[in-house]
Amino acid sequence: MRRLSHHLTDPLIRSNPVTLQILGICSALAVTTALATALTMAAALIFVLCASAAIISTIRRHIPHAIRLILQITIIATLVIVTDEVLRAYAFEISQRLSIFVGLIVTNCIVLGRAESFAMHHPVGPSVLDALGNALGYGLVLMIVATIRELFGTGRLLGVPMLPLAEQGGWFEPLRLMQLAPSAFFIIGLLVWAIRAARPEQAERPEHRLLSRRGEARP
Amino acid sequence: MPEPQGIWGRFLARPNEDPVKALGMAGLVALGAALTVSTAATLLEPRQAANLEAARAARRQAMVDALPGLRVVMEEAGVTELQSRLVELESGRVLPGDASGFEAEPTARDAETGIDLPPEADIAGLGRRERVAAVHLLERDGAPALVVLPMRGTGYQSTIHALLALEADLDTVAALTVTEQGETPGLGAQIERADWQALWPGRRIADDSGTIRIEVVRGAASTPYEVDGISGATRTGNGVTAMLRFWMGPWGYGPFLDRLAREGMG
Amino acid sequence: MTEILLAAILTDNLALSFFLGICTFLAVSQRISTALGLGIAVIVVQGVTVPVNALIHAYLLAPGALHWIGLPEIDLSFLRIIVFIGVIAAMVQLMELLLDRFVPVLRRALGVFLPLITVNCAILGGSLFMVERRYDPLEAVVWGIGSGIGWALAITAFAAIRERLRHADMPEGLRGLGGAFIVTGLMSLGFSGFGGLVQ
Repeated sequence: MRRLSHHLTDPLIRSNPVTLQILGICSALAVTTALATALTMAAALIFVLCASAAIISTIRRHIPHAIRLILQITIIATLVIVTDEVLRAYAFEISQRLSIFVGLIVTNCIVLGRAESFAMHHPVGPSVLDALGNALGYGLVLMIVATIRELFGTGRLLGVPMLPLAEQGGWFEPLRLMQLAPSAFFIIGLLVWAIRAARPEQAERPEHRLLSRRGEARP
Repeated sequence: MPEPQGIWGRFLARPNEDPVKALGMAGLVALGAALTVSTAATLLEPRQAANLEAARAARRQAMVDALPGLRVVMEEAGVTELQSRLVELESGRVLPGDASGFEAEPTARDAETGIDLPPEADIAGLGRRERVAAVHLLERDGAPALVVLPMRGTGYQSTIHALLALEADLDTVAALTVTEQGETPGLGAQIERADWQALWPGRRIADDSGTIRIEVVRGAASTPYEVDGISGATRTGNGVTAMLRFWMGPWGYGPFLDRLAREGMG
Repeated sequence: MTEILLAAILTDNLALSFFLGICTFLAVSQRISTALGLGIAVIVVQGVTVPVNALIHAYLLAPGALHWIGLPEIDLSFLRIIVFIGVIAAMVQLMELLLDRFVPVLRRALGVFLPLITVNCAILGGSLFMVERRYDPLEAVVWGIGSGIGWALAITAFAAIRERLRHADMPEGLRGLGGAFIVTGLMSLGFSGFGGLVQ
């Protein structure tokens, strides 16, 4: 079990799908205006990722190479449709706000990427753990971005007012920038910087070193 | 190693490049997918329909709430909800029958209950229209005090759904509530905002000669028949105008409203 | 038509206004030449798949589409995601063969990212927007080519900026991906200035 647990914990920070593998970003931007939608999206992704990993891993030995991509997509699409139906039945308002983004989980690079690079070559147990780890890593990034955007963009968190708004007599003037999508990019960029400052092994090597005056390479 | 038993075992034992296996796996996955999706859709459909109906009822309630004094009027008249009635659009007659759960768009699409619109009449870009529609009324002393008309039309990039509430003179707008739209966020989508919808109460649809003149204009309104447009969203505004003119005209609720004005509730 | 073209390139840019296809956008933008090659591939794929999907949707999937074979009540629109992806996958496969035959250098440079166009959300998103906005086949051609041009423009400009950034003295942690995110955010803010250009 000790050996297996790293599948779960690695993708949280060491090889986070968003900040290191550059996967699953499209949806991370539009759904992070509010924490509630971000959490729902993360939950949907956890379900789809784990279920698809389990199914694909189970039948991996019998998937012909030529049609593997479309078979994977079919399985993922089925799970996404089921998720969408369940959301529309049990969480109607949130499903309205998520609109096309639940559907776009089909093309979310994390799902297909992990299916192709892990679930196709590993047994069910580790595949599900890897899927869960990556989904949680994605959810973690989503949560951080959404918390910052909702709190500083509207003064609320999960709809609950946290900071007194200026228009209601308080001191907090909402940062309109947070309600625009580019702010998610800025936040993720700064997050990447923070992670790489804490873990320098993730930082990219510079392609050219600037020479100092005396002709020595600056570190 | 003993021979794999049975058809299933033999199938699985085929090499993955075998065309039979490829077709078989594709077929199996497709079948599994189809079964899963249809089961989920069928099982969950009642709850989803209930959610949609609840959302619609909430919007009708919101419209009622948005009209000052209407609650009081309704309480005086002893009603808690607006009455829903079925109306035959071409003749304008009110039909007997249950109007709850009526859905305009599926009715319009069906070959029996919908008709094709001639291109010159189809100013709202609907293509087809239902023969019979549902309207909502508040009656007082046998005469309509408020008429709520569901309508829809093509906007810039989506179908706009709205509820138009008319006062007793059947010409003055009591309220316009946009219930569904998929226009550009930040631009056309502003038609769903309360501050834009607040521009509508008191506007008039037609002038004294009966010509429909209601219009969402570019910039600021200057007559009682105009409503301020949203800058950067002219096409959306035009869509709203076309929607209103279609449904208030002879191909929409026009005949019904004429009959209502002449005969009252029958 | 020009409005659709202008909107596709500037105000409704798939990469910078809707953030579709960002994974590839960030991963394949280190060199202008590769980015341009990918951009052109996207233009071609988009320019073909959007009109084809428009026809398929109009005559097969849309509610009432099957009236020409006598089945007007059938509504197959729930199949559109999987059908569109199928068309896109076939088209990408074709592109791969053509590139292998005529421009193998580009094929090698694009590497794994050419097949990844299949699941590039920008391509699928382009088709889904076409359905949502009910474009007829001619408008779909303009939207397809235009949205491809918009995405290609975005990634090429981005690659140009990243090539410059390679020589910049940046903090270690911000180099590469971190800086790329921030630049994308700034470009997107810049493009949002086009809003309202197209009525």
